[in-house]
Amino acid sequence: MLEISNLHVKLEEEDKQILKGVDLKVGAGEVHAIMGPNGSGKSTTSYVLSGRDGYVVTEGSAKLDGEELLDMDPEERAAAGVFLAFQYPVEIPGVGNMTFLRTAVNAQRKARGEEELSATDFLKLVREKAKSLKIDAEMLKRPVNVGFSGGEKKRNEILQMAMLEPKLCILDETDSGLDVDAMKLVSDGVNALRDGKRSFVVITHYQRLLDHIKPDVVHIMYDGRIVKSGGPELALEVEHNGYADILAEVEKA
Amino acid sequence: MALPQGGAPWATALRQDALERLLAMGLPQGRDEYWRWTRPDSLIAAEAPQAALFQATEPPFFSALERIRIVFVDGVFDAGASDDLTGENLEIMRLTDALATDIHWVKDAYGAQEKKAQVPVERPFATLNTAFATDGVVIRATGKVDRPVSLVYLHRDEGSDAILHHVIRVEAGADLTVLENGPAAARFNKVMEVEVADGAGFHHVRAQGRDHERRAVTHLFATVGEEATFKSFTMTANGVLTRNEVFIDIAGDNAVAHVAGACVGDGNFHHDDTVFIVHGAECCESRQVFKKVLRNGAKGIFQGKILVKTGAQKTDGYQISQGLLLDGDSQFLAKPELEIYADDVACSHGSTVGAIDEDALFYLRSRGVPVAEATDLLTLSFLAEAIEEIEDEQIAGDVIARLEGWLARRRKD
Repeated sequence: MLEISNLHVKLEEEDKQILKGVDLKVGAGEVHAIMGPNGSGKSTTSYVLSGRDGYVVTEGSAKLDGEELLDMDPEERAAAGVFLAFQYPVEIPGVGNMTFLRTAVNAQRKARGEEELSATDFLKLVREKAKSLKIDAEMLKRPVNVGFSGGEKKRNEILQMAMLEPKLCILDETDSGLDVDAMKLVSDGVNALRDGKRSFVVITHYQRLLDHIKPDVVHIMYDGRIVKSGGPELALEVEHNGYADILAEVEKA
Repeated sequence: MALPQGGAPWATALRQDALERLLAMGLPQGRDEYWRWTRPDSLIAAEAPQAALFQATEPPFFSALERIRIVFVDGVFDAGASDDLTGENLEIMRLTDALATDIHWVKDAYGAQEKKAQVPVERPFATLNTAFATDGVVIRATGKVDRPVSLVYLHRDEGSDAILHHVIRVEAGADLTVLENGPAAARFNKVMEVEVADGAGFHHVRAQGRDHERRAVTHLFATVGEEATFKSFTMTANGVLTRNEVFIDIAGDNAVAHVAGACVGDGNFHHDDTVFIVHGAECCESRQVFKKVLRNGAKGIFQGKILVKTGAQKTDGYQISQGLLLDGDSQFLAKPELEIYADDVACSHGSTVGAIDEDALFYLRSRGVPVAEATDLLTLSFLAEAIEEIEDEQIAGDVIARLEGWLARRRKD
């Protein structure tokens, strides 16, 4: 599914190297968690995969089902199946959630050569998805993310994910700003999308999200590289002891 | 240029007075401070510059609404195309008929606000209009009017030069909505004088064409009485030259006056909003929201002033003007001003100019929306604050749908 090889990335404006050789393989249907201290390159990885400006790839590749993502524009990556759930989703006043969702769904369908959804079919689909995610229909009528609570914004991200049905979902610190109930709702939404084929990369600082979204593999990122990988127990180790022991081990090696 | 004939003696005297005032003040020159960013040359030229007719393929603005249509073709009232001009709580008369009547209430109103608004800045095109207007309507609302009065301006002659003058009185406690749409003429000079009496409400929405070559100078004068509400919104899409001046006199306590504009301009487009709001009473609110989206060398101007007179305590005045430049060739120029002579007021003004929000653009693109379409969505988002000033949801929906259509067509061009 996703194969990142020797990915080196620097900031465009500051000439500062952020990623220094990331290697990561995520198989179909797998959930991988990436943990690590602040500034280790977790969010940069998610932005580079989704095509955000401001980063220069100096070396390496990132392929989704064999296709090089790094050669594509952000919208092409989205149509190819990449979805980034943002840590801080932007507010877009004056653009209704429904209008935005329909534009996005149909843009992707068009890009893939599929027929666009009619207004009726779209409405039916969005209502169905919203209901399954326990999203109030009122939220669909409001402008995108405007006046939404932190939890509503994250649920809106999950709704978009459900509507767009990507192959690879990247969750960038989705747990930030969520209380326990909101985290449960968001996690339930993510778990509902797990179908054995769709893959997830979950970026998080804390074990608590991983209590709800069970990962297959946990990676520790530090100084622009993945320095350690393991099973779910690795996240528990971080939760109990912090990163110090792991990083000391890495430094020694 | 001879004054129009056929008026009653009082009307002829009013026109003569306007002509004399015009001769005394003269027409604006490019060097005038008030016209420093908008060249008046083509508005002054002896003949209107030619403007090719534009064939819109979509239904006219507001056509889905129950309304009373009053149609002008190149500035001339078209009775055949207009609806029956009667309605409950409503009197409508063609201006030329009102001015030919021996005694009519408009005797005290025609040109009165235009004349008063010449201080502190002269507005010669409005005075010219009072002197030479050849048509228009006189509207009086005596109670709540359930259907909007819709002024429809059609353009059929590529060289037409139209001068329209409307006078509107909304009596105490009455409520009226007036809509305007259409390109009107190759060159259009329009004045609307509105008196909103105590406790009355006046709502005004106008949509100025798209993709055609017209030039327009318009003036909207209003006096707002105690506990009265005045709200005006203008949408402009293209046109070579547009100068919209607004002068509002808030004369009664607890009155509200909102004026807003949203414009999208492309290429050889010059759009100027010049607004002057006078607070002369206590506990009143004024709000100005102007947004301009410009690209391919288009130019947008905003000059806005809030004047709070001595004694106009508890004034709440707000003014925002913002330009969104879609490329480096376009320009937005703004001159926001506050002049305050009362000491217990809350007035603010702000003006910004910027490019598309890159974070928002990336957000949309990351969902699969192509960059051009994403830019259009963000354009609508930028204009939203101005469009939200329209109270009627159906009318606001029409404005948004038109903008969406216009942007989508532009994308395909």
